[in-house]
Amino acid sequence: MTNDIIWKLIIVFGVLFVTLNVAAGLIWLERRLLALWQDRYGPNRVGPFGLLQVLADMVKVFTKEDWIPPFADKPVFIIAPAIIVVTIITAFAVIPFAPGVEIVDLNIGLLFFLAMSSLGVYSVALGGWSSASKYSLLGGLRAAAQMLSYEVFMGLSLMGVVMLAGSFNLTDIVNAQKGLWFCIPQFLGLVVFFIAGIAETHRLPFDLPEAESELVAGFHSEYSGMKFGMFFVGEYLGITLVSALIVTLFFGGWMGPALPPIVWFTIKTFFFIGLFILLRASLPRPRYDQLMSYGWKVMLPLALLNLLVTGGIILATGR
Amino acid sequence: MENTLHITEELRTTFGEGTIIDQPTCDAIPTVWVPWNRVTEILTYLKTKTDNPYRMLFDLTAIDERVRSHRQGQPESDFTVLYHLLSYDRNEDIRIKVALRGEYPSLPSVTKIWPSASWYEREVWDMFGITFDGHPHLTRILMPPTWKGHPLRKEHPARATEMGPFQLPGEKEDVEQRALQFRPEEWGMKRRHEDTDFLFLNLGPQHPGTHGLLRVILELDGEEIVDAVLDIGYHHRAAEKMGERQSWHTFIPYTDRIDYMGGVMNNLPYVLAVEKLAGIEVPARAKVIRVMMAEFFRIVSHLVWYGTFAQDVGALSPVFYTFNDRERIFSLMEAVCGGRMHPAWFRIGGVAQDLPRGWDKMVQDFLDYLPSRLKEYDKIVMQNRIFKARTMGIGSYTLDEAMEWGVTGPGLRACGFEWDFRKKRPYSGYDQFEFDIPAAQHGDCYDRGVVRIEEMRQSLRIIEQCLKNMPSGPYKSDHQLATPPLKERTMHDIETLITHFLNVSWGPVIPPGEAAFAIEATKGNNGYYLVSDGSTVPYRVRIRTPSFPHLQMVPHISRGFMVPDLLAILGSIDYVLADVDR
Repeated sequence: MTNDIIWKLIIVFGVLFVTLNVAAGLIWLERRLLALWQDRYGPNRVGPFGLLQVLADMVKVFTKEDWIPPFADKPVFIIAPAIIVVTIITAFAVIPFAPGVEIVDLNIGLLFFLAMSSLGVYSVALGGWSSASKYSLLGGLRAAAQMLSYEVFMGLSLMGVVMLAGSFNLTDIVNAQKGLWFCIPQFLGLVVFFIAGIAETHRLPFDLPEAESELVAGFHSEYSGMKFGMFFVGEYLGITLVSALIVTLFFGGWMGPALPPIVWFTIKTFFFIGLFILLRASLPRPRYDQLMSYGWKVMLPLALLNLLVTGGIILATGR
Repeated sequence: MENTLHITEELRTTFGEGTIIDQPTCDAIPTVWVPWNRVTEILTYLKTKTDNPYRMLFDLTAIDERVRSHRQGQPESDFTVLYHLLSYDRNEDIRIKVALRGEYPSLPSVTKIWPSASWYEREVWDMFGITFDGHPHLTRILMPPTWKGHPLRKEHPARATEMGPFQLPGEKEDVEQRALQFRPEEWGMKRRHEDTDFLFLNLGPQHPGTHGLLRVILELDGEEIVDAVLDIGYHHRAAEKMGERQSWHTFIPYTDRIDYMGGVMNNLPYVLAVEKLAGIEVPARAKVIRVMMAEFFRIVSHLVWYGTFAQDVGALSPVFYTFNDRERIFSLMEAVCGGRMHPAWFRIGGVAQDLPRGWDKMVQDFLDYLPSRLKEYDKIVMQNRIFKARTMGIGSYTLDEAMEWGVTGPGLRACGFEWDFRKKRPYSGYDQFEFDIPAAQHGDCYDRGVVRIEEMRQSLRIIEQCLKNMPSGPYKSDHQLATPPLKERTMHDIETLITHFLNVSWGPVIPPGEAAFAIEATKGNNGYYLVSDGSTVPYRVRIRTPSFPHLQMVPHISRGFMVPDLLAILGSIDYVLADVDR
């Protein structure tokens, strides 16, 4: 019994430690990868390959003046950046990194993730609202509209997977992919989920809430110091979470030959993280209304179609 | 010449013998003086009634004539307001001058005839204190709203040392800040309409998307732009005023910094205008060198535009690629001129030095390098679907609107009008080159891009021809006013030594007269109008820059679009704030 508790505690703190470090490390990884794709060096001065840049950045962000604008709605302004970090880290609780390596084996794991990512919207919307600045307001409005509408078919796109696996439990879903990874039967679902995932984490090409060439820094224009750092880390946590989920739901989670499960899980996750960064390096940004109509007119019908076809096939084959 | 006689004769017969007074100028642009109270009538006639009308207000400026010598044959005047019109049908210009008497004179506004006159008249008021009756919003445009005096008047000091140290105590700071506050009512804008409260958004002067210090005040309904007001002048460095204290020769480096993306391209219209005043014939080699260098800078400017435009639309990477390419040109520039962004390398009568050994290899290398890169950018930028969705049909204007607002350069050609000074009025030997004028049809953000990208390819063609056919001979004229004179001879004969000494210490004395020269610069037509009263410094330097009218048009073409579209529009116009504010 005590062994169980210790094991759980190790996993809890292990996951917390690893995800936070991965998120921080991603700042370095993204800058180096972007630099590679943009014909330049990126941070390469601090430590080997510039790896300690992350540390230097942390020292900087922690020692910066933590300024709250006098016109801001103070309590909300302070809580907003915490929400995104807390909700995303909480969502990591249901992800099975390897057989037995997960914090809770929740039988509604997938719904829990969707709930948490919906809560994440509050962070951005409230951050933009409480700043009482026009750029933040526009950014916050965009964020609320974008994330809410992409939330709809993010959920729908996953229902195909749930139908095939017959469970909301993520471990069950991984186990259901033993013969065939869901990326093949659920290709449409994968595409829709991936796009919705980018929108959820508001990364380029869906970084409209920040859109630095339009809104300066969008919803976090007024944030500085560690509060800004939380948004920043929150974004990378989000990327890691969505990548981990794509792997879990569509690419067989920890499964793979020869290497230990956790290694496979990590390799796959980093592949998708890299894809996120590559997208950022290569695509321009659509306009707000284009993004919305793309969501409602293309992605939503696609997600519904996927649901219909999957349902039909399951009905016809009787599973 | 036939047309020249024709238009002044026509004006004389239409408006009466006594109203029109001819003035001969060095540049052979027909120049006539008209009375101030008939100016709107005459300008309306020229714009609409005459055959092959003068559709475009190319420039509108003024001269403080009070201390000018050598004004033989010109009517008495304290301040002269000058309208420079351009007719595309005739391929002809005309200059209308209005003599004004008194310390702070006034005359009727022509904003009703040309909407583009608005900013020009504000500038003249700001700089000279000349009032334009009937102007809808005659306020300062380049100087801060709290400025005392009108800088281009001759009594206004030109040096900081004449003005006492600058101080900004608390009270003054408050006054300055209050003056910058935007009051929509002053611009005829409403704070609310029916059940909508408008949001007024200050975009700039510090903003990542405005390419410099530009303040756009947006009246927003949600994210939709109801109206916009542009506040410029944050980059004003008094280039024209400096022209009045620098010698003819030492003003050249200042021109580099007008359109700071254009490098030596800026030198060109200035030295061409001075050469016209001085009557200097430039040797063939110098002409071809100038063309080659100018075309290189056209590519430099367009590359910066390409990258930053893509960035404005959200693509992060292209800007790094194009800046890398630009670095290659800069290394070439460094080898030839010693300078990179601002080589200040053209001289009155030629260029500073001959081309260095091995220049041809470097040029050839670049010619081999760029085309494949441009092809790649086509794929990642111009053919990208998101990019197309963001730029097609956005910020478009018709050819008529373009002429009304004084649009020149790629922006004009994007409306399907093949007008290029290099073809229509070949200068510096452009008639010897084979190249096409790229044009597009829709006049929107995307088409302005298409034109510029094709222009880069054409520039490469021109450079290739320069490389293959570089004439031999001197790189500078042996005219006595060419500055500095050819150095090789200064150590051998005393005459050249004396000229050299005088031209370097005092600067050359350019004969009295007036000349304007406009070229097809990187962003449109860049023109210099120089007035000499026979001294070592210009009496008046007027710099007509393309970005000024282009930017003025922004509110007109961005109404009804959304905030991100505004950034796409700003990016597609390719202005440089230094080119706007001078």
